[in-house]
Amino acid sequence: MDFSLSPEQAMLRDSVERFAAEHGDFPAWRRRVAAGEAFDASAWAQMAQLGWLGIAVPEAAGGMGFGPVETMLVAEGLGRSLCRVPYAGSCVLAPALLAESDPLLGDIVAGTVQVAAAVSEAEGRYDLAHVATSAVRSGGGWVLDGAKSFVPDGATADWFIVPARTAGGVADTAGITLFLVPATAEGLQVQRHRGPDHHHHAKLVLRQVEAAVLGGVDGGLGPLEAAVDRAIVAHLAEAMGSMEALRDTTLAYLKTREQFGATLGSFQALQHRMVDMAIACEEARSLLYLAALQLDAPAMARRRAVSGAKARVGQCAMFVAHQAVQLHGGVGTSDELAVSHHLRRLRVIDVLYGDAAHHLRCFAAATDAMAA
Amino acid sequence: MNLAFSAAEEAFRQEVRAFLAANVDGPMREMVRTGMRPEPAEIQAWQRRMHAQGWSAPTWPREHGGTGWSPTQYFIYETEAARAYAPVQPHQGLELIGPIIFTYGSEAQKAKYLPRILSGEAWWCQGYSEPGAGSDLASLKTRAVRDGDHYVVNGQKIWTSYAQAATNIFCLVRTEVKPRKQEGISLLLIDMDTPGIRVRPIITLDERHHVNEVFFDEVRVPAENLVGEEGRGWGYGKVLLDRERGISAAGALRLAQFVRVVKERAAAVRDSGSALLAQPDFRGKLAQIEVEMLALEGMSLRTLADAEAGVDSGPRGSMLKIRWSELVQRITELWAEALGTDAALMEPYTGVEAADEMPHAMAAYLHMRVTTIYGGANEVQRNIIAWRALGL
Repeated sequence: MDFSLSPEQAMLRDSVERFAAEHGDFPAWRRRVAAGEAFDASAWAQMAQLGWLGIAVPEAAGGMGFGPVETMLVAEGLGRSLCRVPYAGSCVLAPALLAESDPLLGDIVAGTVQVAAAVSEAEGRYDLAHVATSAVRSGGGWVLDGAKSFVPDGATADWFIVPARTAGGVADTAGITLFLVPATAEGLQVQRHRGPDHHHHAKLVLRQVEAAVLGGVDGGLGPLEAAVDRAIVAHLAEAMGSMEALRDTTLAYLKTREQFGATLGSFQALQHRMVDMAIACEEARSLLYLAALQLDAPAMARRRAVSGAKARVGQCAMFVAHQAVQLHGGVGTSDELAVSHHLRRLRVIDVLYGDAAHHLRCFAAATDAMAA
Repeated sequence: MNLAFSAAEEAFRQEVRAFLAANVDGPMREMVRTGMRPEPAEIQAWQRRMHAQGWSAPTWPREHGGTGWSPTQYFIYETEAARAYAPVQPHQGLELIGPIIFTYGSEAQKAKYLPRILSGEAWWCQGYSEPGAGSDLASLKTRAVRDGDHYVVNGQKIWTSYAQAATNIFCLVRTEVKPRKQEGISLLLIDMDTPGIRVRPIITLDERHHVNEVFFDEVRVPAENLVGEEGRGWGYGKVLLDRERGISAAGALRLAQFVRVVKERAAAVRDSGSALLAQPDFRGKLAQIEVEMLALEGMSLRTLADAEAGVDSGPRGSMLKIRWSELVQRITELWAEALGTDAALMEPYTGVEAADEMPHAMAAYLHMRVTTIYGGANEVQRNIIAWRALGL
């Protein structure tokens, strides 16, 4: 049992901290957003240069071949600096599914191609097994019909990973196959929208779209769940960076802002609220570690750790974000302060790949299955 | 970073598991499982078994008769003890006064007191709180005046756990009145059979006799029973702060016991034709507690790993105390909720053999109200974190 970082990991953490400090210039962030920039292209290019886009990509495919801990370190920095990049989807989820020989991996590492996962459908809400989108053999290939709801960072994606039903009923766990669909495919409609987090997401409508199989036919759900879990942990690390930024900035505000002739931090009611924010951060970090370190554990143990973390970190994150706004008072509600934007991003992270309520149910089911 | 245990640690786990299987007998197990608080005599009986095994003091260094276990070994022991429904060990001697004696006590005090703590022969109680000094402990007024080779003690302590069974009491007393109230406090070790000590029971809301008032009327205590220096007693408690982190981390592991009992009960209770446990709202409430316990477990593991590496874990000890006590209250509330009207019993029905955990669930629920108050009320813990860790 060891929660310390190796010397290499500590170096990575330090350079991520420098990166976050450089990109944490909030007025510049607002200018980019106001200009309608869909993602932070300069940060993305710098991350490519540093090799971070290939952290989770095998060395044989041009990446660094690191594990969940390194991914976590990078994602925390993204959260701290509110960096708007499609990291978890393109650099964590997609590489977990692509074959080592897939040329897309090299483009992902170089930052020239973005891959997004279109894993949810409106009727299924957060259930990954709910796949009504159909795939039918046609000649030598497959043709897809259906629709996908919320695709995180989908607006700028060049490729989509699309689960489709190749056998069985709509909610069956078997009979799901993963496909790779280029954004330019004929019959594919990409409906782009901007989220409250200023990330640009998308919805897909597929009408007779030709696509290539990714992985094995009918057995796509297992690998998809494992890949999504890796993305979840990356998003939780991002949330962690965001939460700690809120904790620190709120604490600094309490120490300087004066009302009634005293600093806010001298009032016990506010001290105790601040302590509860600090405790929420400790809880979240503990769960983040447990989840990151069990991504390669047997499926049920992984399910329990990841869903437990997704549920509770989400709750802790919303608590911290809401209290950060509250303790900042009126100015906390302003668009001009990073505080409100952290809240908005955390709100979106909470619903990515299932919200707290959904994952609490998954956690309970995994707990019961492990006890049985 | 990794969550794995070494081969040696896994072997140790097997050793602990085998010992517990052979030594936690049926009645003992049932008492712990059903949430009854063992009486001092039963805890002492368990301590004798641990002593015979050479495990009297899992958190003490070897030189003082402890096991010298690493924090990880201690974690493994506590995990297995919770799994096996083993009783806890006598806390006040082993975790509160023992470490103060081996850190600040004289050689004579070590020789006299430590062996009897280890063997379980001595039962210590803690004379800290007073009617006018609760969370504000340094306001204590019990006086000790030097008279030749003795101190003469006059005053009153309160909330003294198991004073009725104790052989010894360690007392914070005022030996001098100083402008700063933390100064002039001394730590005395007092035999409970010294003339002038009177114990009056306080029955708590669970109708049990755990705590007492202890009155001191011209009690003559040999001066050699002073720990360390006169007037410096307040500072000796600090040695416990570091140790406390590990202890509260281990306490978190015992929560799993309650969850298991609640699940067993909720699986058996029928509500409108199905098991209570199968009802989404009940399962949801339980899952919420379980997920917060998982967070607490993670915090405990990180704290133990810090202790093992000799790294300061900051305010996490206080955070663990806050979260553990909040959770143990919620679990026992849910236990009582699961039992429904069966929890509304303070004693078994007449003419019916006492069944299962009833009426202990209600007693446990009532008893656990104290956990957010003792050992520094949670509001005081929050003050400490705000002040020490956040600089507010």
